[in-house]
Amino acid sequence: MVWYIKEFSKYGMVVFAILYTYEAFAVFRYEEPETKNGIYIRQGILLFLIHVTGFVTIYVSQKEPDILYLFLGIFELVVLFSVMVLARAIYTKVNRLIVNNMCMLLSIGFIILARISLTKAVSQFKIVIVSLIIGMAIPYFVHKIRLFKYLTWIYAMVGIAALTIVLLVGAVTNGSKISYRILGYTFQPSEFVKILYVFLIASLLYESDRFIHIVISAVLAGAHVIILVLSRDLGSALIFFVVYVCLIFIATKNYIYLILGIFAGCTAAMGAYHFFSHVQVRVQAWQDPWNDIAGTGYQITQSLFAMGTGGWFGLGLGQGTPSSIPFVESDFVFSAVAEEMGLLFAICLLLICLSCFIMFMKIASQLRDAFYRYIAAGLGIIYIFQVFLTVGGGTKFIPLTGVTLPFISYGGSSILTTIIMFFIIQGLYMIRYDEQVQQTKSMKKLQKKK
Amino acid sequence: MKNNNKNEKNNPQITGIMYFFSFLFVCLILYMGYFVYSDKEMLINNAYNPRQAMLAEKVIRGTIYSKNNEVLAETKVSKNNVETRVYPYENLFAHVIGFSSNGRMGVESNENYHLITSDIPVDEKLQNEIKGIKNPGNSVVTTLDVDLQQVLSDALGVYKGAAIAIEPSTGKILAMVSKPDFDPNEIPEKWEDIIHDDSSTVLLNRVTQGLYPPGSTFKMMTALEYIRENPDNYTNYHYDCNGKFTLGDSSIQCYHRTAHGALDLKSSFAKSCNSSFANIGTNLDYGKFQDTLDSLLFNQKLPVSFNTKQSSIAVSPDTDPKDMMQMAIGQGATQMTPLHLAMITQAVANQGTLMIPYMVDHVLDANQNIVNQYEPSNYGMLMTTEEASILQSYMEEVVHSGTGKKLSGLSYTAAGKTGSAEYNGVKEDSHAWFTGYAPVRNPEIVVTIILEGAGSGGDYAVPIAKRIFNAYFKE
Repeated sequence: MVWYIKEFSKYGMVVFAILYTYEAFAVFRYEEPETKNGIYIRQGILLFLIHVTGFVTIYVSQKEPDILYLFLGIFELVVLFSVMVLARAIYTKVNRLIVNNMCMLLSIGFIILARISLTKAVSQFKIVIVSLIIGMAIPYFVHKIRLFKYLTWIYAMVGIAALTIVLLVGAVTNGSKISYRILGYTFQPSEFVKILYVFLIASLLYESDRFIHIVISAVLAGAHVIILVLSRDLGSALIFFVVYVCLIFIATKNYIYLILGIFAGCTAAMGAYHFFSHVQVRVQAWQDPWNDIAGTGYQITQSLFAMGTGGWFGLGLGQGTPSSIPFVESDFVFSAVAEEMGLLFAICLLLICLSCFIMFMKIASQLRDAFYRYIAAGLGIIYIFQVFLTVGGGTKFIPLTGVTLPFISYGGSSILTTIIMFFIIQGLYMIRYDEQVQQTKSMKKLQKKK
Repeated sequence: MKNNNKNEKNNPQITGIMYFFSFLFVCLILYMGYFVYSDKEMLINNAYNPRQAMLAEKVIRGTIYSKNNEVLAETKVSKNNVETRVYPYENLFAHVIGFSSNGRMGVESNENYHLITSDIPVDEKLQNEIKGIKNPGNSVVTTLDVDLQQVLSDALGVYKGAAIAIEPSTGKILAMVSKPDFDPNEIPEKWEDIIHDDSSTVLLNRVTQGLYPPGSTFKMMTALEYIRENPDNYTNYHYDCNGKFTLGDSSIQCYHRTAHGALDLKSSFAKSCNSSFANIGTNLDYGKFQDTLDSLLFNQKLPVSFNTKQSSIAVSPDTDPKDMMQMAIGQGATQMTPLHLAMITQAVANQGTLMIPYMVDHVLDANQNIVNQYEPSNYGMLMTTEEASILQSYMEEVVHSGTGKKLSGLSYTAAGKTGSAEYNGVKEDSHAWFTGYAPVRNPEIVVTIILEGAGSGGDYAVPIAKRIFNAYFKE
């Protein structure tokens, strides 16, 4: 019986994930994503199947099955479905694809964390509940409060101050100063500052693309990036930089800024390689991890072993040894997913992330108000680039930078930030709807006049 | 709004960025699929991958067979489910098959993935699961010949050294022996003694890992380079040997200070005249020689699927002619593995084309269905067909009138090159080399032998080659 469950879950979960991913892209065939009821209901069912199969498999593959796993799985499922229902009940206009994808990704994160460590899974679950409660209120504020455009200097001061405090008094984790502790909780401010940073750049650029505005924005963005580099948080520094270049390009529509940005990025990267020994170590470990398999190449080779051994369908939940990868629950969670749930499942996971990103960018391009458009695009780029950095790093596609996989990785700051980001997008989606309603009204007025 | 055109709807930059990141993700996904597809076995086989033990718990390690299906290694399960790895031929296949009890080496290491994988149908796996028994692992059929392996081992006798026999037309390794050897059955008990004895090199596979000065066998490379640089008039080469070649304040002597008299290139090669080859070497174009040696796989990883050491040679356009004098006759800092020399000999015997040596023919599942068939694979030409046939005629001359005469007048024909590689800088201490093939038309077998500290190649290595050829051709 146990054997049947394990074998069924191995192939079943891959099939469910492929079907879900198909639906996540099928949505884009339609103009009005909130109307495609059938797709969203099927996605809900598939989410249910993946979550239940995952937790049942983890439960039965224990040597002494612990009923706590099943309870945890049920509670999580209740929370996820409540989000899907409540989001629609509270806000008439929500983008259901983004809600579903968020819940699907959270579910995958719940499954793999429960597999890695029950205690971490429980504490992650608590964080997710709190984050979702906070998140649920966010679309209301984004939609109603129009003050956000004018808080430029507050974003700048709070962001730079938070990063500076970490640089000065932060705790050192793996050679990087990225967090500090308040009231027993560890905070990683660079996560939250990402959001402030996007608001900052958007508020500077929405009015005009006059040169002076670009200079001010470059100075402020540069300050963020430099503080992060000094804190040795290179992954975040890279994300901040790339988002800035993309937003400048979107705002000015000028290819010269894009080329300048790429050029500056390459120069900075070469400079970093030249001056920082830890950058050289990372690059060498990327080029040839096999050369120092027990030392600098250890993490990356263990990650490759995990994925290689897992193959297309994975070893099955509970059948592998993901814990042999250091920091598997944060930086290398993708490798754990690939090892036990299979590369096909992991690819589906990536495509679901991409589906979110495409939806963000679609919303961005439909927003008429530049401030909100830049925020939607900026948050989308932050999200997808972070996914690319962590997955590309863990698979030796690019050098390792040590950032988390949003929604999946263990870590409160990362989860809360990503949930807030996703709900901000929901607020923007509502603003877009208002804009469209106004537009049709004014069109009708024009037609009447004629 | 100060600037209303900022709020227009159309923004192709956003779409462009969207496509850019989508493209990045497609690349990332293709890359992941490619490496899982192509590197799976390598990743699982790596000794640092802790998952091997986990897979091994579910599967009874498969059997390793010789080419005639004699069992070389198998796992026996006792009544109380204790598994023992048994090597019926004890010391005979020690290095080439290896062991899997304390770390892994040999075929046990290279084919570990197949041995701990079971490819029986899913319904049989299910039945085994229900019965609570482990699945049988796949078995590996090698290209090794038990009889020939025994001949090589007996022929080396008590000498330290190495011998390898390869089929040149395919690259199949027929036998591979390294001495001193060990009994893989006793590895678990004797492991502590072996690894704590720093002077012991018993675990070293000298064929693939032993690095030796090539001695006069290197004259194959020097002669090849001379022919390449003088394609039209190499036959006009002339040298009068008085037993000694002098350049400035250093000199080189022929073996036993023999004065070989008037020589051309062929007789210089056949008689293995050091003075003549020192003369040739110092007059070569060092840059071109470097290119030739690169193409002959010096200073690089050999293109085989098992672990080997790299042969090393220091040659550049700036090489000191005094060093070149030594290098041209295979002395000095040059080091080669016996496998590498065998591969160059293979190419000579096979009209210039190197077939990559391999020792696993196919993998079977427990129901005798083929899981994986290894085909001969062509590395490419190490030299042109003309160059190969010139070297063939030179190596035939070695047997006909030179240092390999003991191989003449037999029922089969043979060709080869001897070597006496001095080490420790002492004239009397030399490794005995022979590398050659038989028969001279359509060669069936390449043999490379080294006996550590035995003496001259002609006196010690050639008789061993003769024993091996005799056994192979049933003389």
